Amino acid sequence: MRITVDVNGEDRTREVEPRHLLVRFLRDDLGLTGTHWGCDTSNCGTCVVLMDGEPVKSCTVLAVMAAGHEIRTVEDLADGDRLDPVQQGFIEQHGLQCGFCTPGMMLAGRALLDRNPDPSDQEIREAISGQLCRCTGYLNIVKSIQWAAREQATAAAPEATATATATATATATATATAAGGQT
Amino acid sequence: MTAVDEPPVTPQEPEQGQGRGQEPERPIGFGRMKRKEDPRFVRGRGRYVDDIQLPGMLHGAVLRSPFAHARILSVDTSAAEAHPKVKAVITGETLAGLGLAWMPTLSMDTQAVLATDKVRFQGQEVAFVVAEDHYAARDAIELIDVEYEPLDPVVNARHALAPEAPVIRDDLEGRTDNHVFDWEAGDSAATEEVFARADVVVEQTMLYPRVHPAPLETCGAVAAMDPVDGKLTLYSTTQAPHAHRTLYAMVAGIPEHKIRVVAPDIGGGFGNKVGIYPGYVCAIVGSIVTGRPVKWMEDRSENLMSTSFARDYHMAGEIAATREGRILGVRVKVLADHGAFNSTAQPTKYPAGFFHIFTGSYDIEAAHCEVTGVYTNKAPGGVAYACSFRVTEAVYLIERLVDCLADELGADPAELRMRNLVRPEQFPYENKTGWTYDSGDYPACLRKAMDLVGYEELRKEQSEKRARGELMGVGLSFFTETVGAGPRKHMDILGLGMADGCELRVHPTGKAVVRLSVQTQGQGHETTFAQIVAEELGIPPEDIDVVHGDTDRTPFGLGTYGSRSTPVSGAAAAVVARKVRDKARIVAGAMLEVAPDDLAWTKGRWSVEGDPSMAATIQEIALAAHGSLELPDGVEGHLEATTVYNPPSMTYPFGAYVCVVDVDPGTGSVKVRRFVAVDDCGTRINPMIIEGQVHGGLADGIGMALMEIIGFDEDGNCLSGSFMDYLLPTALEVPAWELDHTVTPSPHHPFGAKGIGESATVGSPPAVVNAVLDAIGVRHADMPLTPSRVWQALQGGEVEAPQ
Repeated sequence: MRITVDVNGEDRTREVEPRHLLVRFLRDDLGLTGTHWGCDTSNCGTCVVLMDGEPVKSCTVLAVMAAGHEIRTVEDLADGDRLDPVQQGFIEQHGLQCGFCTPGMMLAGRALLDRNPDPSDQEIREAISGQLCRCTGYLNIVKSIQWAAREQATAAAPEATATATATATATATATATAAGGQT
Repeated sequence: MTAVDEPPVTPQEPEQGQGRGQEPERPIGFGRMKRKEDPRFVRGRGRYVDDIQLPGMLHGAVLRSPFAHARILSVDTSAAEAHPKVKAVITGETLAGLGLAWMPTLSMDTQAVLATDKVRFQGQEVAFVVAEDHYAARDAIELIDVEYEPLDPVVNARHALAPEAPVIRDDLEGRTDNHVFDWEAGDSAATEEVFARADVVVEQTMLYPRVHPAPLETCGAVAAMDPVDGKLTLYSTTQAPHAHRTLYAMVAGIPEHKIRVVAPDIGGGFGNKVGIYPGYVCAIVGSIVTGRPVKWMEDRSENLMSTSFARDYHMAGEIAATREGRILGVRVKVLADHGAFNSTAQPTKYPAGFFHIFTGSYDIEAAHCEVTGVYTNKAPGGVAYACSFRVTEAVYLIERLVDCLADELGADPAELRMRNLVRPEQFPYENKTGWTYDSGDYPACLRKAMDLVGYEELRKEQSEKRARGELMGVGLSFFTETVGAGPRKHMDILGLGMADGCELRVHPTGKAVVRLSVQTQGQGHETTFAQIVAEELGIPPEDIDVVHGDTDRTPFGLGTYGSRSTPVSGAAAAVVARKVRDKARIVAGAMLEVAPDDLAWTKGRWSVEGDPSMAATIQEIALAAHGSLELPDGVEGHLEATTVYNPPSMTYPFGAYVCVVDVDPGTGSVKVRRFVAVDDCGTRINPMIIEGQVHGGLADGIGMALMEIIGFDEDGNCLSGSFMDYLLPTALEVPAWELDHTVTPSPHHPFGAKGIGESATVGSPPAVVNAVLDAIGVRHADMPLTPSRVWQALQGGEVEAPQ
């Protein structure tokens, strides 16, 4: 089948078999090898990408199901040389070691901060609970996402101080979404 | 061989306790430096094996046995060969024609690459298909028709030596049983004597169940045999690229200089990627047969079912003590389940690894162990998952036995430990099974952990909760590790001595490249080895490129496992940097027109003693060494050195761990509320990285203690062949770790550092188990302490040993 998928803001058209998995479409057909594959039962989450802004396990989505949707992968997190706060947070807080779970973890973190700019530790742990990490014992991943949340809040602060609390939250969310949505 | 006779450096620990982030982010040398690896990984620009695409590359897939034990009557590959996208189908028969149907293992046994006579475990490799794409290869293995004649399997190791047990290895000449080896250590007569005069003897059998390291990236390879120049390039998930190259040369008959093994980025190893798997050999043969590169990447169930398992030690332990709680002796008989092929990775002289460190951290009068290895119809392995060559099993045994003794004596487990710890003044301490511990201040470490967790208050809280019927437990573990294999006189793997080479070259502009024989799988070597050289030479770590994992570009050495990188290769990096420093002194003498003996070293420069203004920086020296400066007779230009570091001994890091759990009496579900870990690995190169290593290992400990097991049914079906059943902790099962440390340098290491990577995996499982059993008031129950098994224990029933 011939499908067109919006990947990282660019329409990508390929001929694929119906059984072709999205993770293989991204990795093998488009060469976006930052998305990994760590299991065959949909447990590990190393293949997490954002589909229309929501985290999905791309090993559990057929490429044909992604046709007409927006897919965002780790390769699109940074804006040129400027890393997404989540990426910077993982570096600052040593949230990665072998790096294999990292792309999926960061995208889950990005999606969380897009809808909840000030998550608690428990909310972060829940947000990444569909994903396994074998190296870090998770604590520094939680800290990395917290670091990103603080960084975003600081970036949004000048505006936020001039408005009511409710507006501040909305602004932070909007900023987060804008930062997350850049392609 | 390099003799290291410089005195150990007394380390300047840059930070203490929980104080974080006070140090400069980019220290020149040791300290909390951010990782050089991270920028590529956070951008999705790592390069793992499955990311590699070569022109014309084909894809391989393995057909695996559905039976644990069965004779192969026939293999019909005609339908697979007729598949339009299939390029080759390789069977055991094909390999037998090449002399490759069997390969040697790291334990001097043999392992079937593709089965010829019979299959010996479920998931064993039977045939290999090479096709144009991954999907076609998977389709084609379904088209192979294998006729099996099922045989009775040996599943439980306890029955492996029964006279009626089927003989698994009938391929071995004259083999009539399933016995692999017997091995012992310690003094059995002396141990009997102390047991005879002990007031108290506690016996406890325990199983350290079969688990699996389960790195998130599975094993795989891309083999590319160049049909023109006859050179094989193999990208593979290997923790020991040089050892692999040598083994391929020996097995396949390809000359060693015509083999290049490249370990690219590796998505975790945890001991899973030490040995050679049939898939790698099949990929190589596939490339030779087709003349094109062949990629083989296993999936998760293949990884869990067929690659190196860990543990599987059935231990019958005994501990002897006085009524007052002075431990006198320990003895243990171990039945070791090695699966169908003995492929266990360990130094040749140690078939049970370093299990004989089971006297632990205690000053004991006598000890003895006997280990018997047996074959069963399961996947091979044994040494993996951060075990430091069976130290996990040793530490679990002693730390459980001490708790059993405390239970028997009605003593506090912390007090009992404190009372029996080896005292600081006893180091170097010779234990009763042949190890010489290098250094330690155990009481200070245990005290620190107890203070940090608030031990006395926790006991008070526990008794209050008990009165209300709530189940809370506190578990301790005090462990001594042995890492850094090892002195080549005693330690080799298949005859390859366990020393490691290192090369350091300083370029004319003062930037440097250091080439290692070890191979990171996430432990941060690209950062920390730059820090070691920076510490020794004063070149900023960002100016130092760390090269590893490519046998064409790095010196020979044994690779990364057993937490040996810092003790062996880290030492080599310091020694080679000191050689460069010595050479730089001669060059600086020529530059400054003074005798080299008149120069003093401060980090990054040689200056004239008494006149610091007369100085040459290492960068200036590097340029001069490549320039027109006239050097003294016999001194060559350039600024570089090589070394091979043969460690004089092992390093012995240690730690005190305390785990606090709450157990739901209605469901048996365990919640780990707190985990305090105080580690001592001597001089700390990068505290941030050490903490990350410990966090990861602690999660392993919770996983093994509460969730993980590779189980089998009576037919030998693997019951844990996927992440649906092989449960790993997620962020919800682990607490926010609380870490601290003490610093007791290794006196024989060039800069006082010990290994650390495996300490937490070694030390944490007994702490968790001790905590759960403390909560439920049961002397022993085997791991994993899943809700159903804890619930069973709470009902007072015997908790069946898992299989």
